Amino acid sequence: MTSQTFPIAKDNDGKSIGKFILSELKPRGKWLTPFNIISIPTILLGIGLIVIRYVQGLGAITNLTQEVPWGLWIGFDVVTGVAFAGGAYVVTFMVYILNMRRYHSIVRVTVLNGFLAYAFYTGALLLDLGRPWNVVNPMIGNNFGTSSVLFLVAWHFVLYMLAELIEFSPAIAEWLGSRKAKRILSGMTIGAVIFGITLSTLHQSGLGALYLMCKDKIHPLWYSEFIPVLFFVSSIFAGLSMVIFEGSISHKVFADQIEDKEKSHKTQNTVVHSLSKVCAVTMFAYFCLQFLVFIHAKRWDLINSPMGYWFLTEMIGFVFIPMVMFFYSYRTSNIKMIRIAAILTMIGVVMNRLNVTVIGFRWDAAVHYVPSWMEIVVTLAVIFTEIWIFRWVINRMPVLRESPAWAKEKH
Amino acid sequence: MSIDRRIFFKTAALIGVSMAIGKSFGASSPEKGESGEVEFHGVLYDSTRCVGCQECERVCAAAHDLPEPTETVETGKVRKTSDHQRSVINSYKTSKGDAFVKNQCMHCNEPACTAACLTEAMYKTKEGPVIWRGEKCMGCRYCMVSCPFDTPKFEFMSTNPKIVKCDMCYDRIQKGQLPACVEGCPGEALKFGTRRELIEEARKRIAASPDAYQHEIFGENVAGGTGFLYLSAAPFKEIGLNTQLQNSSYPALTKGFLYSVPSVDVLLPPLLLGIYAATKNNHIKEEEEND
Ligand code: SF4
Ligand code: SF4
Repeated sequence: MTSQTFPIAKDNDGKSIGKFILSELKPRGKWLTPFNIISIPTILLGIGLIVIRYVQGLGAITNLTQEVPWGLWIGFDVVTGVAFAGGAYVVTFMVYILNMRRYHSIVRVTVLNGFLAYAFYTGALLLDLGRPWNVVNPMIGNNFGTSSVLFLVAWHFVLYMLAELIEFSPAIAEWLGSRKAKRILSGMTIGAVIFGITLSTLHQSGLGALYLMCKDKIHPLWYSEFIPVLFFVSSIFAGLSMVIFEGSISHKVFADQIEDKEKSHKTQNTVVHSLSKVCAVTMFAYFCLQFLVFIHAKRWDLINSPMGYWFLTEMIGFVFIPMVMFFYSYRTSNIKMIRIAAILTMIGVVMNRLNVTVIGFRWDAAVHYVPSWMEIVVTLAVIFTEIWIFRWVINRMPVLRESPAWAKEKH
Repeated sequence: MSIDRRIFFKTAALIGVSMAIGKSFGASSPEKGESGEVEFHGVLYDSTRCVGCQECERVCAAAHDLPEPTETVETGKVRKTSDHQRSVINSYKTSKGDAFVKNQCMHCNEPACTAACLTEAMYKTKEGPVIWRGEKCMGCRYCMVSCPFDTPKFEFMSTNPKIVKCDMCYDRIQKGQLPACVEGCPGEALKFGTRRELIEEARKRIAASPDAYQHEIFGENVAGGTGFLYLSAAPFKEIGLNTQLQNSSYPALTKGFLYSVPSVDVLLPPLLLGIYAATKNNHIKEEEEND
């Protein structure tokens, strides 16, 4: 089996594969949408700033200090972004391992989202590296720092991206119209899923474990030896909230991708409805864990302080309340309330990750780190570029759309 | 059935890989105290002998191609090491009068920075100094995040940024010379030797004039023990040393997580496979119900 014998172009009206991809690269649809008007200048500005970063050094566009060497790009882009990408491993777990087929309709879009999130957030990580030309060292075995949590996280990241690419690849094969590739790649799905879930468990918690050595640097309300567990559990409902949120947007924006609108609307609602239960239960577990950690570490005297109130806001306002909302709206099938709960949950996860990595990090320092506007613009540029690619893929590959008829035959 | 077998083999291969990784963890775990035949070396700094002349700052800069320090010591004003200064002297008002204190990398026995580094660019040499190796470093700054003493500094304004910190003049030590600051100190406030000798020496000094010293050596236990050891007349807290830090090693904080990684890598896939096999026919039922 050599690559030439792949009957790739067969189903594309005899066009050669090169021409086909070229024609697909062209943008489609209207240009002057509100999203484009905001995102294009931001992306251009972001590119400009990245050029400055490489010409003058990190200090030129970031507000990082010697005491706070990791800022928004790590704390938000990487740590928070990866938590939101957790939806992919949770959904593949439910669909492929637990065989809950009713979630099948959201698998592809969730995996795509997860894959792009990882690709872009690790991309953001490269921007943050001072000496990026050495980034291959921990990969090619030019000294393995095996006692390093970051080493593990890096490896689990890279392998996980591979697993997600395999999980998504049948959609690419369908797009290219290659039956044989599709058959082979589909056969690899379950292996990739098992591999991917394992890797996710470890790097979701690993991102928390990165901060275990910062015992004296992180505010005691957010530091505990249980950060890895807390990060892992919260990644479940963070990811699912993102799935709910992203689903409600995609279904409007990409309405043209969906043939049977009524049916799709109904499945979407049942999916959202049952996801709300999973969110509620995991949030309950998370809340209990946080409470136990709080009691265990005897933190009562820390509560009556500005940081204490901030902690309470996070725990009550953005964990407890959305949890109750999820429970309640699950029982009453209130889809709208589920969406609101998902948004609150997402805000809570952003708060939590930033509290550990940025806000609570060196909270007692004389000078606080506040991200520069340039760091924020670069972050936005990264997110917007990701959405561009996401849109490009959705408009071309069978993600929200039904697979082509030939791909649905049972084999 | 054949598909299941394939998956089984894949899983088995995975387990093998994880086991191998797991083994290497065990092997590379840092050993406490002196390793092998070579003992850890360190420097004893006696604050009561320090006159604050800043000669150590100057010779350090000269030895490492850094700009000559121009700032003078002022009591109460805390200067920090930076990306162009590896060692600084500060002066504090204490209950025992003004005291000078030198500040640099502590050269921990079990350094957080080397445990953090994913490329082994930060490296604890067998002689004791903790050094930085630029050809390996990718500039992730995780060493800075992890070091409890905030020692490593980063050249934020450079396109080829280095991590800057004291390396105990490792190159000079290898040639049999003393670290530049130790050699340059006119008041003999600094003494180089094996960590064991230095602790003995420090105890002797305390015993000989018990009124002149705190009866403790900063660095003997803090953060799992450090290569730099401090003697002081005033309580350590008053001379800007961080007495809040734990006495056990910092890398130990991540041990639990690191050890659990191989077991999760090994145990989770077969578990998932089991669940998969158990639920495989569920969807058929589900479909039937729907029909
Ligand atoms: S003081 Fe910091 S930089 Fe120096 S050896 Fe210890 S952990 Fe590493
Ligand atoms: S910045 Fe360099 S020395 Fe520090 S942890 Fe990263 S790779 Fe290692």
